[in-house]
Amino acid sequence: MRFMRAPKPVFAILIVIMLILSGVSIFIGAGDMSWDNPNALQILMISRLPRTAAIILTGVSTAITGVIMQLLVRNKFVEPGTTGTTEAAMIGLLIVAAWMPGWPVFAKMTFAALCALIGLGIFFALARRLPAEQPLLIPLVGLIYGGILGAVATFVAYQADLMQYLGIWLTGEFSGILAGRYELLWIAGALALVTYAVADQFTIVGLGKETSLSLGLKYGQVTAIGVGAVAISSSLVVVTVGVIPFIGLVVPNIVSRAMGDNLRESLPIVACLGAVALLSADILGRVLRYPYEIPAGTVFGVIGAVVFLWLLLGRRSHA
Amino acid sequence: MITVQGLYHQLGGNPVLRDVSISLPSNKMTAIIGPNGAGKSTLLDVIARQSKLQQGQLYLDDQDMTQIKPQDLALRMALVSQQNGIASRIRIRDLVGFGRWPHHQGRPQAQDLDKTAEALDRFDLNGLGGRFLDEVSGGQRQRAFVAMAYCQDTDWLLLDEPLNNLDLRYATALMVQLRALSQVQSKGIAIVIHDLNYALNYADHIVALKEGQLAFEGAVSDVANSENLTGLYDTPVEVTKTEKGLFVQHHLMAAS
Amino acid sequence: MALSEQWCFYGFYWGEDPMPDTRLIVLFLVLIGAGVTYLTWGLAGPIAFILKLRAIKLGGLLVVGAAVGLSTILFQTISRNRVLTPSIMGFDALYVFVQTSLVFFLGGLGFSQLPRQHLFAANSGALILCSLVLFTLALRKTRHDIQLMILVGVVFGLLFRSLSALMQRLMDPSEFAILQSVSFAQFSGIDRIELLASFIALGGVAVWLVWRTSVLDVMALGKREARSLGVAYDRVQFEILCAISLLVSVSTALVGPIVFLGLLVSALAHSLMQTHRHALLLPASAMIAALILVAGQAGFERILNLQSTLTVVIEFTGGLLFLILLMRGKIQ
Repeated sequence: MRFMRAPKPVFAILIVIMLILSGVSIFIGAGDMSWDNPNALQILMISRLPRTAAIILTGVSTAITGVIMQLLVRNKFVEPGTTGTTEAAMIGLLIVAAWMPGWPVFAKMTFAALCALIGLGIFFALARRLPAEQPLLIPLVGLIYGGILGAVATFVAYQADLMQYLGIWLTGEFSGILAGRYELLWIAGALALVTYAVADQFTIVGLGKETSLSLGLKYGQVTAIGVGAVAISSSLVVVTVGVIPFIGLVVPNIVSRAMGDNLRESLPIVACLGAVALLSADILGRVLRYPYEIPAGTVFGVIGAVVFLWLLLGRRSHA
Repeated sequence: MITVQGLYHQLGGNPVLRDVSISLPSNKMTAIIGPNGAGKSTLLDVIARQSKLQQGQLYLDDQDMTQIKPQDLALRMALVSQQNGIASRIRIRDLVGFGRWPHHQGRPQAQDLDKTAEALDRFDLNGLGGRFLDEVSGGQRQRAFVAMAYCQDTDWLLLDEPLNNLDLRYATALMVQLRALSQVQSKGIAIVIHDLNYALNYADHIVALKEGQLAFEGAVSDVANSENLTGLYDTPVEVTKTEKGLFVQHHLMAAS
Repeated sequence: MALSEQWCFYGFYWGEDPMPDTRLIVLFLVLIGAGVTYLTWGLAGPIAFILKLRAIKLGGLLVVGAAVGLSTILFQTISRNRVLTPSIMGFDALYVFVQTSLVFFLGGLGFSQLPRQHLFAANSGALILCSLVLFTLALRKTRHDIQLMILVGVVFGLLFRSLSALMQRLMDPSEFAILQSVSFAQFSGIDRIELLASFIALGGVAVWLVWRTSVLDVMALGKREARSLGVAYDRVQFEILCAISLLVSVSTALVGPIVFLGLLVSALAHSLMQTHRHALLLPASAMIAALILVAGQAGFERILNLQSTLTVVIEFTGGLLFLILLMRGKIQ
C-alpha cells in the first residue's frame, strides 16, 4: 500500500540548511579556527564538533519526544518540558546528587529516567481523567503540574544546598560541551532511530485506543515503548545540556500543520527541523553579544513562546 | 419613542446592520424577529448603548441618545441580555437588588428595598431569594435577570431572547407580565424573540430583520401575515386567525 | 416580609448593619495575634535591634499580603472568574520584564541614579500601560474560552520570563548586578524606604477601594449588566487595572513573584465570606493573605528553622489547589 509520499524536496532542503548551519556552528566561536592555526584541529575535535553534534542530537531528540508525547496524550499542545517530565527527572538527579553521589553515571541516569517515568505516569493518569472535549485543559494541567514538581525540586535543591545544579539544568546551553561530556546524547539519538522504526505503530496509537485495538496493534506495548523513550530521552537531555523549552512543542505543530500526522513521512522532517531550530538558536545566542554567549535555551525560550502563542491564538476558533 | 435612523454597524469588519431605520413606539411591546444572524441582538445592543454607535442616529423621545449620560440612561432604559456567567457567588435577592443601583448608587433607601421585594414577588422568586445564582436552574436564573431589569423601574425594557431556558409555564407567564407592564405601567418594551406564536400574540408592533436590513416593520395586525413571514424566513409559514388569536404554523409538510 | 427577615435582608445586603462583620473582626484579632507572636517569639540579645528588624519584615509581610489579596479579588472581578489571579496571568513576570527593560534601555547608570520613588512610579506606569494593552488584546482574542485565556496568560508569563532572562544576558555584568539587587528581593531583605513607598501606594489604593466598593459589586455582574445599570464600565475597568498594576508592583518589588498565593487566598476568602460584596471580600482576602504569610514565616523561621523557603511551600500548596480545582472541573 502506498501512502502519500513525503515531499522529498522539503526534506532535501532541510538537510542542506542543517549542513550549512552545522558548518557555521563549527566555525564561529572565541577560538581561532583559521587553517594556519596549529591548534585548530584540536579545537575542532575537542570542542567544536562535539558541540555541533550535541546540538543536532538534542534538537532531533527533543522534537521527536515532543511528537511521541503528543500522540500518546492525543493532544497537540504538550511536550515533556511543559508536562512535568523534565522536572521529575531533575528531582531524581537531585536526590542522587545529594544522597548517592558515589553512584556511577549509568546508575544515576537510570534513577533519573525512573523518576521521569513516574512523573510521566502521573501526568498520564491526570490527563486521562480530563474531558476530551476541552483539549486546552491538558496543557494547562501539564504546566501547573510541572510547576508543582518544580517547587518540589527547588525545595530539595535548597535543603541539599544544590541550587547551583538546578540553575544549570534549568537553562539549556552548549557552551560547556566538550568531547567526553556529551556522549550520553548518542543514546537519545539511537532512541530517535528506534522511534522511526515503529513510526507506523505510533501513528496508529495517535488515532486512539479503540482504533489501535481494532487494527490489531499491541496498544499497551507501543505505549510502553513511547513512554520509555520519552522518559529516557528527556532525562539524558536535562543532565547533559539542560532544558530547551518549546522545541518539542513548536516544531511538531508546524510540521503537523503543513503535512499531517503520518509519522513515517513527517518524523524525518520533524527531526531535521528540530535540529535546524536549535542550531539557529545556538548560533544566534553566540553572535548576539559576541564574544559572550547567551544560552540556546534562553534564546529559544523567547522564540518558542512567541510561536506557541501564535499557534494558540491563530487556531481556527470552534465557532 | 425610540427612533433609529440610517443605522450601519460592523462587527470585526463584517457589516451586521445596513441602513436600518425603525421606531419603537412608547407604551407598546415590540417584537424584533428574523432568522439567525439577521442582526437582531446587535440592533438591541446598539439601542441599549452596549455597542458604540458607528453610523446613524439614535433618539429617545427626540433627545439624541449619544448625549445622555450613562447614569441617566440607566434610569430610563433597562436591558436583559442573553445568559451571562457571573463568577461571584451572589444570592438571587442581591442580584435583583442591583436593579436599584442606578437609583441609589450604593445607598439603598426604604423604597428601593420595597421595590426589590415587589420584583421578587412579581417574578415568583420569593422562595429562591436566598439561593445562590450558580445553584439554581437556568430558567430561574433567567427570571432573576428579568426581575433585576424590572427592579430598575425604567420606562423602557429591552430583552434579548428572554424565553431561552424557560419552560412553557414560565415563558407564558413572562410574556403575560411583559404585556401587562406595557399596558398597565405604560412601559415601552422591545424583545428579541424566535417563537412567532408568542411574538404575534403578545406584541403590538413587529420589527423584522433579514441579513442586516429591515425586512418590514409595523403593527402586528398590518404586517404579520403568511406572505411576509414566509419571505422573511425563506420557509413556508402560515398565519391563521383563530378566535383565541393568531396561530402560526411553520413545520408544514413541503407538499401542503 | 417578616420584620426580622427584613432586617436581615437590609443588614446582610447593603451593609447597613452598623456592626462590622464578626468574621472580619475575628480575622483581624487573629492577624494581630500572629503579628505580635512573630515580633516577640524567642526574643533575645539586642532586643531593640532585633525588634526593629522584625518589625520591618512584618511590615513587608503585611503589605505584600494585602497587595496580593486585594489585587486577586479585583482581577477576579474584571475577569469574572474565580480561579484567575494576576500572577497566573503573568503580571508578576511582566513586572520583572518591565524592570529589566528599564535597566536595559536606560542603562545601569541612569537606572541607579533615578530616585527610588521615581523608579517605582516609572515601573508602575510602564506596567499599567503594558498590562492594559495585553489585557485588552488577550481578552478580546480569548473572551469565549476561559481555558485558552489562562493558557495564553501562562505562556505570556513564560515569554516574559524568557525575555527578561535574555535581556539580562545581553546586559553588562555591572548593569545586571544593579538589576539583581532591585528585582530579586526576598522577605529577609526588605528595604525600609521601599516599604514606606509601598505602604503609601497601598494606602492610596485602599482609599480608592473604600470609595468605589459598591461600583465594584456592580462590575462583578458583567459588562452588559453594569452598563445597563449606568456604570461607565470601560472607565472603571481601567481604574481597576491601574489599581491591580500598582498592587502587583508593590508586592513584586518587595518580594518577587509568588504565583499561587493569590489563588489560595481568594479560595479561602470566598469560602469564609460566602458573599459577592467587595466591602467584605476585599478586607477578608487582604487579611487572610497577610495571615498566611506572617504565620507561615513565623513557623518557618522559629519552628522549622528554615530560611526563605516559604514561597516554595506556598507555590506547592497553591499549585496543588489549582490542579485540584482544574481536575474537578471547577474552572470553566
